[in-house]
Amino acid sequence: MIRVGAVIVLLTVVAALAAPWAVPYDPSSQQLSLRLERPSPSHPFGLDELGRDIFSRVLAGARISLLVGITVVGISSIAGIVLGAIAGYFGGWLDEAISRSIDVLLAFPGILLAIALVAVLGPSLKNVVMALSAIGWVGYARLVRGQVLRAREFEFVQAARALGARTPRILFRHVVPTTLPAVMVQATLGMAGAILAEASLSFLGLGVQPPTPSWGTMLNGGRVHLLDAPHLTIFPGAAIAVLVLGFNFLGDGLRDVLDPKRQRV
Amino acid sequence: MSRYLLRRLLLTIPVLIGVATLVFALIHFIPGDPAQAMLGEGATPEDVAQLRVRLGLDRPLLVQYGSFLNGVVHGDLGVSLRNDQPVTKQILERMPATAELAFAAMAVAVLFALPLGIVAAVWRGTWIDHAAMTLSLVGISVPNFWLGPLMAIVFAVELGWLPVGGSGTLAHLVLPSITLGAALAAILARMTRASLLEELSEPYVLAARAKGVSRTRAVLHHAFRNSLIPIVTILGLQFGVVLTGAVITETIFAWPGIGRLLIQSISFRDYPTVQGCVLLIAITYVGVNLITDLTYGFLDPRIRVDRS
Repeated sequence: MIRVGAVIVLLTVVAALAAPWAVPYDPSSQQLSLRLERPSPSHPFGLDELGRDIFSRVLAGARISLLVGITVVGISSIAGIVLGAIAGYFGGWLDEAISRSIDVLLAFPGILLAIALVAVLGPSLKNVVMALSAIGWVGYARLVRGQVLRAREFEFVQAARALGARTPRILFRHVVPTTLPAVMVQATLGMAGAILAEASLSFLGLGVQPPTPSWGTMLNGGRVHLLDAPHLTIFPGAAIAVLVLGFNFLGDGLRDVLDPKRQRV
Repeated sequence: MSRYLLRRLLLTIPVLIGVATLVFALIHFIPGDPAQAMLGEGATPEDVAQLRVRLGLDRPLLVQYGSFLNGVVHGDLGVSLRNDQPVTKQILERMPATAELAFAAMAVAVLFALPLGIVAAVWRGTWIDHAAMTLSLVGISVPNFWLGPLMAIVFAVELGWLPVGGSGTLAHLVLPSITLGAALAAILARMTRASLLEELSEPYVLAARAKGVSRTRAVLHHAFRNSLIPIVTILGLQFGVVLTGAVITETIFAWPGIGRLLIQSISFRDYPTVQGCVLLIAITYVGVNLITDLTYGFLDPRIRVDRS
């Protein structure tokens, strides 16, 4: 599974990086006379409602998906690690404040808060990243807090403390690295979550705005042509499903590799 | 038990206040003047000023906050900017449709997930297990906004068996409930497998088998019954997946629930209704989590002793 996941992710990354040169047609160029044309050898995924090549747009859309995934996971994980480590290591009122904030944010299921935030901030790629990061750090913070609570009692941490190491050094040199395998698994699965969330918001018309080729936006555009041109829906959706499946395979595999207890189960 | 119950209830109050505070703050995250944003660029200064007064935005922030909390406690979530109806009334009208869809989706999920999880656990490590778990991972990965239209293409457009959208009959419920229940089914199947595997490794299962109990009976009557406790908990905690998924599913199938109201209100910049929908969904989620936690504590005495 982990290999299948790695291959899918790697191929998508390569496709996204090579997209500007690899696309057979300009993703924005329109051929109105050929609008809604079904898949053919010259256009393997067919053409959309404005006569744009769907294959080229799916390739270009991979860049948006990966960009959102990497940015959201990057911001969320860094914020989550710092806040979770502070809460777990120092305890007291800092822990209370951070933990209660986590509780409140977890009271909003899934991407509901992201939908609400984008609704008030306005639909754009930047606001999608902001909204998803605003809710994304919570999972990492909760995970890291739990791990730090355990790690701060480890002998090598106490030894570092006894040797007079300063708190930031103990925290970020000795304690936080013990949490990284778990964070890595969460980040891989988080990539899948972020890609799916961006596509969901774009599908609802709250994310990336046309004409930028995003998979969610393409699916939204395909809704009105469900009866006469289903290929508008099939290919961008398949791209999302395959990439998300790739990250899920990878995350699941990593979790099994990094957690021997789960391997036994 | 009563101490545990009281403690759990008290812990919910600050969360609810936090949720209400964040929902109140939403309108103040709007860049620039919220009233101007709601009315659009073409609005006259008089109209904007009038809306500011109507929404109470001309009052000090603390007064607005107090008034908002007071309204929430009394079930008054303001008036819709789109149709001048009370937000609470609109939400209450839509609530049964969302509840119907959510329960149907959960029923679909349970119906698919439990057999899949049991089969995977019993035949652990075989191709059946791998196939079941791969299928569940596919279920988690396939977005509902793709699954829904795909099923509509096949079952409504090509085969003509089911209606493509709307509500009112059982046939209308089939596609939306499968669309919404698929992801939950996938998560639940994995949890069922993990939970059942843990129970199957317990000595009491071996003892039952040694006494001559059949394999099927040992799995279903002994191990599976005990594995249900974490499964019920997961079902409760994953209710959030159903609630968020409902927003998208209702939009796809024109289902007249709260999710669709939320998306329609966003497109009309009807922010009081947006706030009302978000608040209600979050409060429902907190409530379901609370009930799940209490049920878990009731079913497993170790939990309430540990936590109190």
